[in-house]
Amino acid sequence: MTIDFEHFTPLLSLTGGVLIGLAALFLMAMNGRVMGISNILGGITRLPLEKNDLPWRLAFVVGTIAGPFLVMIYTGTEIEIRPNAQGFGLMAAGLIVGLGSAIGSGCTSGHGICGLARFSPRSFAAVMTFIATAMITVFIIKVGF
Amino acid sequence: MALLTALIAGLLFGIGLTLGGMLDPSKVIGFLNLFGVWDPSLAFVMGGGVIVNAIGFFCVKKKAYKPMFSEGFNLPSAKSIDKPLLIGSALFGIGWGIGGLCPGPAVASMFLNPSDGIGFFAFMVAGLVLGRVVARRMT
Repeated sequence: MTIDFEHFTPLLSLTGGVLIGLAALFLMAMNGRVMGISNILGGITRLPLEKNDLPWRLAFVVGTIAGPFLVMIYTGTEIEIRPNAQGFGLMAAGLIVGLGSAIGSGCTSGHGICGLARFSPRSFAAVMTFIATAMITVFIIKVGF
Repeated sequence: MALLTALIAGLLFGIGLTLGGMLDPSKVIGFLNLFGVWDPSLAFVMGGGVIVNAIGFFCVKKKAYKPMFSEGFNLPSAKSIDKPLLIGSALFGIGWGIGGLCPGPAVASMFLNPSDGIGFFAFMVAGLVLGRVVARRMT
C-alpha cells in the first residue's frame, strides 16, 4: 500500500463529511427520519404510494440533486466525474447496488453515516461487510482482467 | 415546513457529497484500492459525518426531544445481524466496487453526467424494487 498524495484531499473531504453529518442530524431533528438515501428512494417506489409519506422524500431527493449545482454556481468550476465503468458493467453495477441496499436495508448513508453514529451493531456489521467486498472487488478488477 | 426541512437536508447532503469528492467514481475507487495506490480521503468524509452526527444524536436523545415536524423518531427496529443484512451488504459492496457509485452520489450526479448517470440510476431503482421482493423471500 502506498498513499496517493496526489489526489488526497483531507480538508475538503472532512468538510464534506461534516456537512453530510449535519444533513443527517437536521433530518433526524426536524423530520424524525434516518438519512438513508436507499430507503428514501425505496419509499418513493413502494406501492401503493402513501400520500403523506411521499412529499418529504421527493423534497430530499430534489435537494440532493440541486446541491452539486449550487456548488458549481458558487465556485464557477465543473465537478470532476471520471466514470469507472461503462455500458453493461455500469448498468450491472447499478442493479447490484440497488439489490444489495434493499436486501441489506441500507447503504453508505443509512448504515455508514447514521447507523454508525447510533452505535448500531447491525450497521457496524453492514459497513464492515460492504467495505470489505468493495475493496476485494476493486483488487480483483485491478489485478485480474 | 416538513418539506422545507427535508429539502434543506437534501441540499446539505448533496453539497457535502460534492465537496467530499464522492461524485467522482475514480476517487471512490482510489479509496477502495487499499492494496494499491490508496487515497484515504473518503475515510475523512465518513469520519466527519459519523462524528458530527453521533455528537448531535447523543444531545438530541438526552434531552428527550421530539422532532420538530413529526410525532416521533422513526428509527430502525431490527436488532439482529441476520442473513439478509450480510448478503445484501456484501452484494452492495461488489456493485460499489465495480461502478464507484453508491446510491447518494448516484442521485446527486445523475444530471451532471446524464449519459451514464441516468442509466445507472434506473438500474439501481430496479434493483431496489427487486431487492425488496428477494428480501421478503429470505425472511
